[in-house]
Amino acid sequence: MRDRVATRSGRRLPWALLLVLALAAGACSGAGGGGGGGGGGSQGGKTTITVATVANPQMQDIQKLSNAFEKDNPNINVKFVILPENELRDRVTQDIATKGGQYDVVTIGTFEAPQWAKNGWIENLGPYTQKDPAYDAADLIPTVAKALSYNGSLYAVPFYGESSFVMYRKDLFQQAGLTMPAQPTWDQVAQFARKLNNPKKNQAGICLRGLPGWGELFAPLNTVVNTFGGRWYDMNWNAQLTEAPFQQATQFYVNLVRDAGEPGAPNSGFTECLTAYSQGHAAMWYDATVAASLLEDPKTSKVVGKNGYVPAPVKLTKSSGWLWAWSLAMPSTSKKKDAAWKFMSWATSKGYIKLVGQQLGWTRVPPGSRLSTYQIPEYKQAAAAFADLTLKAINEADVNNAGTQPRPYTGVQYVGIPEFQSLGTAVSQEISAAIAGRETVAQALQKGQQQAQQVAKEAGYKK
Amino acid sequence: MEADDDGDASMSTVAERAPGRVADTAPGRFRSRFRMERLLVPTLAWIAAIGFFFPVLWMFLTGFKQEADAFTSPPKLIFAPTLAQYREIFSRGFAPFLINSATATVVSTLLVLALAIPCAYGLAIKPVEKWRDVLFFFISTRFLPVVGAIVPIYIIARDAQLLDTVTVLILLYTAMNMPIAVWMLRSFFLEVPRAIMEAARIDGATLRQELVRVVLPLVAPGIAATALICVIFAWNEFFFAVNLTSSRAATVPVFLVGFITSEGLFWARLSAAATMACLPVLLAGWIAQKQLVRGLTMGAVK
Amino acid sequence: MTVTEDRASQRGDALRERAASAAVERRSRWARRSLVLPAMLYTIVVTQIPFLVTIWYSLQSWNLLRPGSRHFVGLANYGSVFSQNGFRSAVVNTVEFTASAVIFSLVGGLILAILLDRKFRGRALVRTLLISPFLIMPTAGALLWKTTMFNPVFGIVNFVLKPFGVGTLDWASKFPMPTIITVAVWQWTPFMMIILLSGLQSQSIDILEAARVDGAGNWQIFRHLTVPHLRTYMELCVLLGSIFIVQTFDSIFIITQGGPGQATTNLPYFLYLQAFRRFEIGQAAALAIVTTIATIIIATIALRVLSNLFKGEELAPR
Repeated sequence: MRDRVATRSGRRLPWALLLVLALAAGACSGAGGGGGGGGGGSQGGKTTITVATVANPQMQDIQKLSNAFEKDNPNINVKFVILPENELRDRVTQDIATKGGQYDVVTIGTFEAPQWAKNGWIENLGPYTQKDPAYDAADLIPTVAKALSYNGSLYAVPFYGESSFVMYRKDLFQQAGLTMPAQPTWDQVAQFARKLNNPKKNQAGICLRGLPGWGELFAPLNTVVNTFGGRWYDMNWNAQLTEAPFQQATQFYVNLVRDAGEPGAPNSGFTECLTAYSQGHAAMWYDATVAASLLEDPKTSKVVGKNGYVPAPVKLTKSSGWLWAWSLAMPSTSKKKDAAWKFMSWATSKGYIKLVGQQLGWTRVPPGSRLSTYQIPEYKQAAAAFADLTLKAINEADVNNAGTQPRPYTGVQYVGIPEFQSLGTAVSQEISAAIAGRETVAQALQKGQQQAQQVAKEAGYKK
Repeated sequence: MEADDDGDASMSTVAERAPGRVADTAPGRFRSRFRMERLLVPTLAWIAAIGFFFPVLWMFLTGFKQEADAFTSPPKLIFAPTLAQYREIFSRGFAPFLINSATATVVSTLLVLALAIPCAYGLAIKPVEKWRDVLFFFISTRFLPVVGAIVPIYIIARDAQLLDTVTVLILLYTAMNMPIAVWMLRSFFLEVPRAIMEAARIDGATLRQELVRVVLPLVAPGIAATALICVIFAWNEFFFAVNLTSSRAATVPVFLVGFITSEGLFWARLSAAATMACLPVLLAGWIAQKQLVRGLTMGAVK
Repeated sequence: MTVTEDRASQRGDALRERAASAAVERRSRWARRSLVLPAMLYTIVVTQIPFLVTIWYSLQSWNLLRPGSRHFVGLANYGSVFSQNGFRSAVVNTVEFTASAVIFSLVGGLILAILLDRKFRGRALVRTLLISPFLIMPTAGALLWKTTMFNPVFGIVNFVLKPFGVGTLDWASKFPMPTIITVAVWQWTPFMMIILLSGLQSQSIDILEAARVDGAGNWQIFRHLTVPHLRTYMELCVLLGSIFIVQTFDSIFIITQGGPGQATTNLPYFLYLQAFRRFEIGQAAALAIVTTIATIIIATIALRVLSNLFKGEELAPR
């Protein structure tokens, strides 16, 4: 018995355990360099800054070109943390609010900038830009700079800005004998969409977002609400979701998506619509201006050269595009503020824009941050189809004065209060359900109205 | 020596006859039924395997496409392959993430095994009095939804200076996998026949000797299964990794989601990255599974 | 010796024997405890400290977005947990989703384990292919299903079902619960299969042969020998599987966003909305504690009353 047991134990040493031990030996020897090593501060005079950013194509380019920055600044080492937009916002909020101190530069939008400035979470960049005249802060597009300011000071520098407009297939319009006017109205766009909608050929009339999320579905929908004359709150912070303009706008949007929108609309965000349109399955698409550069890139799009661009459709207002800018800000907890500013100013400088154009191509230049970008001849040529329209749309979007009625909050396609992340998401879930046919718009907005009222009261806005 | 279909040689002694070969040792009376079963079983198994594997295969193929080809209607099976996506991934610096993941996974799994094997032994073969409570305690540590506890954990890690270190991941993964390991190993330990234990005791073995020289080899396949599962959970763990690490200790799952963008196409690139991310675990699984199903040769010992 | 002296010395021997065996018992009890203690101590330290801190936070009202708003509120958060809009439907969804996913995965895992228990050509390859879904990171797997399989226009599911006239059916909004259950079953069936296969392979071959020699058919062997043997392993699968599937978050976050409406919002996703949209840390902590207590209650009932897992040490037939 014992012999058999001894034989068995001797021969059957599990391969798995052996492998695990071998891996451990290997990994532990490597870990010293990669995992735990590298104390964050200075290694032989070098400062390491941690930049938190999203994976948008323009941001990926910063990472690629950061070698150029490190060459010019040999004492600074840049480490990137790249996350999807939602994750990034969650992580950065958590870190900054609990003073975790993990990031030296964070990527935020026009939504967070004024709020975080008010909380004292990010540094006032006014002094930094004044000390650095070469940076030319006056060159930043005024509406964008305004959206990133608080109490008159700049708190974040824009990396790229966007508004919204309509992209449409010129060839399909021609085939159907339709002409897109230079400034369409929503009724016209709806008409075109219903005419061009052809489910049998897998062609949607128009692609519109239906994905729940305060920054997904509500980005285009809020612009429709604005131009229909609606708003979220009146000047006394009474919720206005069940008022006529908001109702009409939402009903219009939902009907349009249901009648002429893409299949799978309740779960379609920017990416899904981009896929649908760039594969030729939609005749129109109303979304961010940055989509244009993606549509004209043969690596991502099958409809290169077939697209026309017109400003966002209007009803009661002169213009209706939204305003958003991915920007770089400096957490107050950072211990390497000077190095952080060097990086931030480099990434948003005229020099960087030229660098991108020369090294990666002029269509990849980050749009919507500086006026001077739109003067560069190579860029004007490469982005001829949409550059001017983008600039015009951004210039005409005003975070303090969107829509037709006055409002107690800032923001074009969002409500600039911290509670909107939750409120907007909750209401958008209902509206997305309406798009899916599970409830009526009236029911959705009724629920939304209750939630909006509750928020205004609990957060202390409504006295 | 008889070799089975998989090419593993098995010893022909009574003690080593691997179980489960029921169909092959059946007496003649049932041969005709078995001929149909012989065809049916592999066919069904292959259909299931292809069905389960197909999405993974598609993901693997998509890693070699340009973004414009990743989504087409109808889906493209024939396309011009490109290595552009893989080049992008490597240019982002895959290696540090790989090292972090490997360290966290391997060290935490070893730690789990080192702690859970004696613990499972003490709960199965000669249990302590309150074994039910102990087992229940272990599993109850998995009941807390971490989403609600992440801010407290974050603050604890911050105060302990453990933010963005592989150490904090090792600590958490070990605690995370401990209940699974204890429960699974206990089930395997329960299979060890009393006869063997008695024989070892009669031979005068101490508790430790009993464990190491007698029991462990018998439950080796169970240990392999448990280790594999712990490795998979630790390797793919995302929530703690993304919350508690930033630039130095980020692991492969964090690297992976870094390709998801809200304003661009990313599916081909993400497929390539996901394929690379699961290769190490696939390798570990392939090696471990030879142990997984060799089985325990219980009935062979009289 | 006289009879009384005999009996006295016998009693003395018996007492000494009992004392000796008691000492041995005590030593072996401590030896056994020392086996269990390291794992216990480690787990207690690493899990209970965060648990206690979470309880502490649940007694406070703290909104991350409003610095300086943190203050002690006692049990108020617990009261609001149950009155929260959507809590009840989150619970119902969680139960529905978990039960379905666990049952289907278990059945699938059982069938696959039975198939793989027999030898055939290429069995090792089939095993690896079948485990592959479990190896993919859950987030990547969920994205895979959302974009490659279930997309109404480009998805393979609709492509394959085209001959049946499915068209561009939007699975995620028309059938949200079955959609995420499918993804969960795809991910967890391999896990169940691994455990059940180990169970099947540990069957005593002699007992099986003896039964066969006695004239039992395949089905009888399965019903009377295999299933009881597997019962422990199946219960283990249900226990572990439930714990993991209850905490499913990725596929819901990625595929349906908890929708349409709240149709697929389960407790983890609901918690996420509290913690990372409302940033109400205190309420999220309270919700987490309530969930934990509820799970403890359910698990206690399940384990002590229903299941075999706690009934004595020897469960497998020898």
